[in-house]
Amino acid sequence: MLEVFIFATLNGLVTGLLLFMLASGLTLIFSMMGVLNFAHASFYMLGAYFAFSISQYIGFWAGLIFAPLIVGVLGALVERYGLRRVHKSGHVAELVFTFGLAFLIEEIIQFVWGRDTKNYQYPDLLDFPLFTLFGQEFSAYRGFMIAISIGIFICLYRVLTKSRIGIIIQAAITHPNTVANLGHNVPLVFMGVFGVGTALAGLAGVIAGPVLTTFPGMAAVLGSIVFVIVVIGGLGSLAGAFIASLLIGLLQSYAIASDVGMADFLNLIGVSFERSHPLNDLWTLTLPQVAPILPYLLLVLVLVFRPTGLLGKREE
Amino acid sequence: MGLIKKLSVWIGYLVALLVAPLFFDSILAISILNQMTIAIIFALSYNMLLGQGGMLSFGHAVYFGLGGFLAVHALILIEHETVFFSITFIPAIGGIIGLLAAVFIGSFSTRKAGTVFAMISLGIGELVASSSLIFSDFFGGEAGISGDRTFGPLFFGFDFAQNIEIYYLSAVWVFIATIFMYLFTQTPAGRMANAVRENPERAEFIGYSARKVRFISFCASGLFAGIAGGLFALNYEFITEENLNAITSGRVLLMAYIGGLGYFIGPIIGAVILTLMNSLLSNYSELWMLYLGIMFLLTVMFLPKGFAGFIMMHQTAWVKGSLKQLAVPYLITGIPALLFSTACVAIIEMSASEEEVFHYLGMELNPHSIFTWVIAIIIVVASFYATRRSLLQLANAWESANEIPDSKDSES
Amino acid sequence: MKIRIFSSKINILLLTGLITLGSTSQAQEPVRIAFMDPLSGTFASIGNSGLKLLQFAADYLYNSKGGILGGRMIEIVPLDNKQSPTETQLQFRRAISDDLRIIFQGNSSAVANTLSTTISRHNRRNPDQEVLQINYSAVDPILTGDNCSFWHFRFDAHVIMKLNVLTDYIAENENIKSMYIIGQDYSFGHVVSETSIELLNEKRPDIEIVGNEFHPIGQVKDFTPYVTKIVSSGADAVITGNFGADMVSLARAIIDAGLDIPIYTFYAAYDGITATLGEDGKNRIRLVHNETSNPIPTEERKDFIRAFKEKNPNYDVTQPRITNALQMVVNAMEITQSTNPYDIAIALEDMRFVTMSGEEIWMRGSDHQAFQDLHVSVHTDEGVEFDADNSGYGLYSEYKVSAEDTIDETSCNMRRPRR
Repeated sequence: MLEVFIFATLNGLVTGLLLFMLASGLTLIFSMMGVLNFAHASFYMLGAYFAFSISQYIGFWAGLIFAPLIVGVLGALVERYGLRRVHKSGHVAELVFTFGLAFLIEEIIQFVWGRDTKNYQYPDLLDFPLFTLFGQEFSAYRGFMIAISIGIFICLYRVLTKSRIGIIIQAAITHPNTVANLGHNVPLVFMGVFGVGTALAGLAGVIAGPVLTTFPGMAAVLGSIVFVIVVIGGLGSLAGAFIASLLIGLLQSYAIASDVGMADFLNLIGVSFERSHPLNDLWTLTLPQVAPILPYLLLVLVLVFRPTGLLGKREE
Repeated sequence: MGLIKKLSVWIGYLVALLVAPLFFDSILAISILNQMTIAIIFALSYNMLLGQGGMLSFGHAVYFGLGGFLAVHALILIEHETVFFSITFIPAIGGIIGLLAAVFIGSFSTRKAGTVFAMISLGIGELVASSSLIFSDFFGGEAGISGDRTFGPLFFGFDFAQNIEIYYLSAVWVFIATIFMYLFTQTPAGRMANAVRENPERAEFIGYSARKVRFISFCASGLFAGIAGGLFALNYEFITEENLNAITSGRVLLMAYIGGLGYFIGPIIGAVILTLMNSLLSNYSELWMLYLGIMFLLTVMFLPKGFAGFIMMHQTAWVKGSLKQLAVPYLITGIPALLFSTACVAIIEMSASEEEVFHYLGMELNPHSIFTWVIAIIIVVASFYATRRSLLQLANAWESANEIPDSKDSES
Repeated sequence: MKIRIFSSKINILLLTGLITLGSTSQAQEPVRIAFMDPLSGTFASIGNSGLKLLQFAADYLYNSKGGILGGRMIEIVPLDNKQSPTETQLQFRRAISDDLRIIFQGNSSAVANTLSTTISRHNRRNPDQEVLQINYSAVDPILTGDNCSFWHFRFDAHVIMKLNVLTDYIAENENIKSMYIIGQDYSFGHVVSETSIELLNEKRPDIEIVGNEFHPIGQVKDFTPYVTKIVSSGADAVITGNFGADMVSLARAIIDAGLDIPIYTFYAAYDGITATLGEDGKNRIRLVHNETSNPIPTEERKDFIRAFKEKNPNYDVTQPRITNALQMVVNAMEITQSTNPYDIAIALEDMRFVTMSGEEIWMRGSDHQAFQDLHVSVHTDEGVEFDADNSGYGLYSEYKVSAEDTIDETSCNMRRPRR
């Protein structure tokens, strides 16, 4: 049981930190521009595909550097020539725009790279078990994923709290109009934040591609979970996003690892049902079965009882 | 005079609904018309939320799907002779279920509008869709459940075995539903929905609870979505999980948005356009979804008020009688624009094609020859340039056509 | 804005252009067969490879040799159902509109079920417009069991037949003492799980089932948590009915965890899966399937595959049973000299046919289920003459059960049209 717990924690950490890389960019974009970027996970997918193509010709490490850059530039262009145009039609239009963008990016990826699974492998350098515990290996690549994610978190945190631009961004999150009045070029800041946010998503894609499989549905799998995190964490709160990411990563991982089901609970209170009972599906429900939908349940509960999210201060 | 005008619009709508199958009478056309009737009610019900109430929902398919599932269960009960009534009332059952679901979910989700509401709807949508796969006894798993609409008492001699019979039934339902949805916009509740969308605080000041107003719109919207679900059940005689998941929710958002949110007629236009694209385009190009995505983004960017908004833009010119001044400028911009899009589609299709010879608009192109590509790219660049250049004259013509010469005339 | 206004017109132009192209008449009217599978969207790769194969088979086997029924060409009409039951209904109506009376369909049992129900209903209501469903791939037993239909013929073995063979093969492996079953949470996954447990208990009561897990279909990001459970359960082998990305991700997670146990599957090859598993999956992944894998037994089949690869270098012959289905349908047409669905159906019943690979297929009349030798193959690069995904890796047959040993009882109680 102990080994299951330890590995469930490690797996939860890997997933949680990966989700944070996406959520951090999204929450920055969201809190500054008020746009829930539906296409955020699509930039993550673009990162994986660009890195796959680059790794075919140059190698994994080149992909690690260049793919996020390309994605970031694309993101900035989308902001400059797409979102900014739509901005004047209001938030709903922006949301709908990113919604359509997500759809379009998926189609473009299928058009350019095809629909089958891509053989995107991690480098030989990291192809060894980092450690073996209770007969199960923990691959060095997963360790690398954790390291990168934590590195990004530290960098982001330092930039936001220590640098001048970070302070402007922080100010723009809480008081966008005041910042504009102070003479800062808010549109440029927006474009920059959008670019950096999408580049972070791209980076997440680069490192996730080899382990989570590079295929056209990879954005859809992650897509709405990322919103869930941003909303649960609280709008505009990076720390909230960090906590929510880990919470959801661990929650899902523990739920899968557990073997608890409705039947156990019913046995506990001394009730049992026949298999032919019309609600048989309900009585035989197990926790691992519902693990992937737990975040949505959490989302609804949080929003109903605390609409600002865990650490959020601002209500939208 | 206003009344007569309004009435004539409604009569025209009814006549269009009833006459359509006489002109489009192939099996395929009837099936597309049937789809349209369902899409129209569904998109209109979505507009009650987003267009009138300002509530952006990512889970509207929940009410459509639940209504549909119960409707199919009702069909099964009729077939097993557990209950005995004509299948013509099945959409009402869907509507009641949609309403009940909306009353329950709306009781907590309409507390706030904006992002909170949108996210709750997303969460609920995912929860219901996932649960429907888990509870396969009721929802039938991924294969869904199926019924047969030919049982139960005959309705004036009709057993509704043929799709054309179902079409007329749907047409009647669509007409009634459209009238009621229109009337809803005229009720105090409907009018207040607009007010709450624009400024909830002011609405509260004049004594309306913003939450209650949202709740009423939400329930009405659920009711009509459920009716659409019931019609779906009658038309297809089965329903599956995909009818209540995020794809269906996304599609109705597209329909309402492309059609034009601000106008009552907008969603109807959107429903018709998207249904046509979905059923016709997909058979001519594997890449139809790509085109759909491009079209959608361009609509959001350049026609923020949708197609209905675009049509309404011409109202001033129409009233002024200067619409024909615009015809030539439109042609001047339109021809290169048409050329541009044609050439772009050719390039996209050529790069996807693996065949030696590629048929396009009656031409035979060779995708492996540099020559073809160079020509295509030249056309793209040249027509793009021409379109850009011609925009100015269009803008000028537009201005002069909409110019109000005398302030007295602008009254009408 | 202006671009937007006119692009819908382009579509109309495009449509009319294509329509006129399509209607160029031939000397003799072609025999038109519909192919209804996902040709766009997430599942499109499998549908497209099937379409390529069917088109190629029609050209290679018949059209290049002067056609069928005394000179009529076969024309394959693709219909894109996007693997959605709703779209399937729409495409079915299109098929009737275009007078397409034979429909090849394979992907997703849910779609096959919908189509079968729709066709039976339609044929009952419109006796002059009957339609025939040629199912080359949907494996839900119910299609030739409780929900069997006179208008439906299946050319693949259903899940229970396949699992019978797979468990026979597993039972022979003395090293396996415990089994972990994991699958997608939908009907196919559940049938695999229930049947495997039942058959393993019967054949090897000593094998302990140490896990029976369901996960939501297409929603799992990372399979590592599941693999953790597999490891801690100490399982010696895994059975899974997963397909597509869920299959690849599961296999990769098992491999990445350093777990060296065999994985028994149904759909772990082609469409990028073989290439992605590559060296890591070698000798670990096994598949149960009908029709042959390497070594291909006959020159006739080899020539066919070579010719196909020459024309479609980026595709594989992923579902060779499509050619069997086509050959048998054409055979039925030739026997009856008719393209009427009812005549074809009657001729197909109890037909025996030797495939290009030299195996005999029997189409049982009572439930319209085909019986053919079944194979268990391994993912490897040794002895693989015909690889998958151009990766050097492919399937090598390790175990075979002959057709007569796969015959099972059927619960089918077929309603036949009165003639």
